[in-house]
Amino acid sequence: MTVIAFWVFAGIAIGSAFLCITRKSPVASALWLVNTLFNLAAIYVLLDAHFIAAVQVLVYAGAIMVLFLFVIMLLNLGRVGPSDMKGPWGRVVAGIAGLVLLSELIALRLALPPGELVLPPGTVAGTVAARGAVQAVAQPLFRGYLVAFEVTSVLLLAAIVGAVVLAKRRL
Amino acid sequence: MLLVPSLAVSAILFSLGVLGVMLRRNAIVIFMCIELMLNAVNLTFVALSQQLGLDGQVFVFFVMTVAAAEAAVGLAIVIAVYRHRDTVNLQNINLLRG
Repeated sequence: MTVIAFWVFAGIAIGSAFLCITRKSPVASALWLVNTLFNLAAIYVLLDAHFIAAVQVLVYAGAIMVLFLFVIMLLNLGRVGPSDMKGPWGRVVAGIAGLVLLSELIALRLALPPGELVLPPGTVAGTVAARGAVQAVAQPLFRGYLVAFEVTSVLLLAAIVGAVVLAKRRL
Repeated sequence: MLLVPSLAVSAILFSLGVLGVMLRRNAIVIFMCIELMLNAVNLTFVALSQQLGLDGQVFVFFVMTVAAAEAAVGLAIVIAVYRHRDTVNLQNINLLRG
């Protein structure tokens, strides 16, 4: 059952991603990308990452994609103009490069993680069931990665200042 | 159980993102393809975290933070370029060409 659900979600996600990169209108691309993100959230649930799935819907499908659609609206790019795809030679080169990259990635991923690192099956699912989805993620985040978490706030501050400075009328 | 299929799906999504970056000329669509690539990497982290511990899910948080910062700054750059050039087509934008 889980495997069937996984392949349904994965198929929809891959199909939506393909439509996202081939649609002419940026709005259509953005909406297909939202569809991909929702299906990835569903896959996260199947992989015992419930909290990540919720954050994926809130932050990615909610905040970031609204930002994209807002910019598309602001720049009035919604009207369908001439296609921005590259010509036939560009498509051939991109297709070949994409296939090479795909085969490389698949070949790399056939190497499974070393056995001594792998936890016994069900450990993560057990942790999530015992402590709740939020606490299971919060504990490593606020213990082992506390410094990185604090540095992230500096990164966000830099992003806010940078966006304001760049979007000012006079550079 | 779902590890190998997840990694395969993630590889396909990443390749589609790279393909989009190489095929399109619209700067905003290229940004969306970069988001697609980041999501493919997130899927790898989550899939491996099921076997290697919850640290992978913590990393997904950091990737999402970087993605949000990148989207905000990148779209601000797109708006600034659009003001100067009246286009987001990368063929017409050659600010860095000498």
